[in-house]
Amino acid sequence: MQRRPRAGAPLQLGFVTTFLSVLVLLPVAALVWASGKHGWHEFWSVVSAPESVAALKLSLGAAVIVSALDAVLGTITAWVLVRDDFAGKSLMNAVIDLPFALPTIVGGLTLLALYGPSSPLGVDIAFTRTAIVLALMFETLPFVVRTVQPVLHELDREAEEAARSLGAGEARIFRTIVLPSILPGILSGVALAFARAVGEIGSVVLISGNLPFKTEVAAVFVFNHIQSGDQNGASAVAVVMLVVAFLLLLAIGGLRYLTTRHERNA
Amino acid sequence: MIEIRNVSKRFGAFRALDDVSLDVDRGSLTAVLGPSGSGKSTLLRIVAGLEQPDSGEIRLAGEDATAIAPQKRGVGFVFQHYAAFKHMTVRDNVAFGLKVRKQPRAAITARVDELLQLVQLQGFGHRYPAQLSGGQRQRMALARALAPEPSVLLLDEPFGALDARVRTELRAWLRKLHDETHTTTVFVTHDQQEALEIADSVVVMNEGRVEQVAGPRELYDTPATEFVMTFVGEAVRFDGELVRPHELEVALDAAPGAREAQVERIVQLGFETRCELTLDDGSRVAVQMTRTHAAELELEPGQIVLVRRPGVGIGSELPNVVG
Repeated sequence: MQRRPRAGAPLQLGFVTTFLSVLVLLPVAALVWASGKHGWHEFWSVVSAPESVAALKLSLGAAVIVSALDAVLGTITAWVLVRDDFAGKSLMNAVIDLPFALPTIVGGLTLLALYGPSSPLGVDIAFTRTAIVLALMFETLPFVVRTVQPVLHELDREAEEAARSLGAGEARIFRTIVLPSILPGILSGVALAFARAVGEIGSVVLISGNLPFKTEVAAVFVFNHIQSGDQNGASAVAVVMLVVAFLLLLAIGGLRYLTTRHERNA
Repeated sequence: MIEIRNVSKRFGAFRALDDVSLDVDRGSLTAVLGPSGSGKSTLLRIVAGLEQPDSGEIRLAGEDATAIAPQKRGVGFVFQHYAAFKHMTVRDNVAFGLKVRKQPRAAITARVDELLQLVQLQGFGHRYPAQLSGGQRQRMALARALAPEPSVLLLDEPFGALDARVRTELRAWLRKLHDETHTTTVFVTHDQQEALEIADSVVVMNEGRVEQVAGPRELYDTPATEFVMTFVGEAVRFDGELVRPHELEVALDAAPGAREAQVERIVQLGFETRCELTLDDGSRVAVQMTRTHAAELELEPGQIVLVRRPGVGIGSELPNVVG
């Protein structure tokens, strides 16, 4: 039997469609149109120019590295916050969100002060790719922590005890019982972290130095080219970022689907 | 055989177990019965090694197991809420303990088939736990615990999360399973009927201590303490003594030792009738009688009757527990 839709459904659907169109679809369409109005050939030649390629490679490469680090370190952080008891735990829990609350440019400024030429720690990594990775991690680590934490909280501890009494060691329990359960959470966090890292500008722009071919990330490339009146180049690179982000979210969505297969009734 | 020697365990200020000693015979089916907070689950978890006692010793098959990791105790454990491995199929759940022991693939397949047959889940092997009912999930958990052939099977409120009909079914089925496998089995329950119905031996616990260890019949007929008397079966206080409701009698004519009482409520319990009354001193008692007898008396709420305890001291097996 088919369920009758509720009376308010068409109105709600209308709202969602309108918002989605105004806020997402229209801008995306405008962007694609702007990048394509000089034809595919022009688009390709702009995108394949050495500086564009270098910027895109840097952004994507950094995002991949950062997401991988986030996945590991974020999971460990979440684990410690959920499973361990120590003094200052709630303080640490609160501090995790700081990068979310801080304007990204302020974050960038802080990092520059801490790891720049006048570093009080004596660590000067300004204008290097290491600095970019560091800045991106600062901004994106909370995504993984905050998506894994609730999943770990909800985890059935008795399943782990059952595995233990069946003879499984701790490493095996983590690999076969815990990890499969928290993997969807990790993937969600990684997807958010990656999407953010690919397009991040505020925290990176100060500490990276924005040297073309070396430390100029895609978002800064777009910004610089708009500034210098090259809207073509800017929108072409922007579209590539958009497509990559979209494909990645799709891929992670697919992975999530596979890892949560067991929750759906056949 | 399980030997528990002087085991104590505290959780903060709460004393979960207070110097508990207990022997469980090899091949027996033992119930640990008690209200929540009596320490029964903690005791079971300590035997499995999932919890460490503050003091005392656990011996399994004659050897001190207190310091042995849960992985190496050879104990199967079944949890109230199934503890299913949700992302694994029923087959993989059951095979888990065998894979850990690195048994050859063919042996695992054969053993899993045998167990699925035993718990009547053949044909469900490729389902996920989410696609099973509660009773099926618990049977899967049981098969999983039995797979590595543990020397001891421990069940913590195994049927507590199931509805009444499934619970009764699984209860009888567990007894049958035990008669086939003869694995030394201990199950924890707060349901006295469950304990009395299927266990060879019942351990009654209260506030972290063992009150009595006895067979189901002995437990009911000769309770060792007032707690056992009131917890196992119903008991009411009459003339300062604890008695079973069926040991009292409602009469309409005066008799020696009879006290006046007012009928409050009449409840039909299948073939028996239960009459709740208020005595002349304001205390309440219940009397259980056959339906025929109740019909003869023509009892009605509000009616004044007499309650007495017939046959006191005349060859009765009454437990004379003074309150």
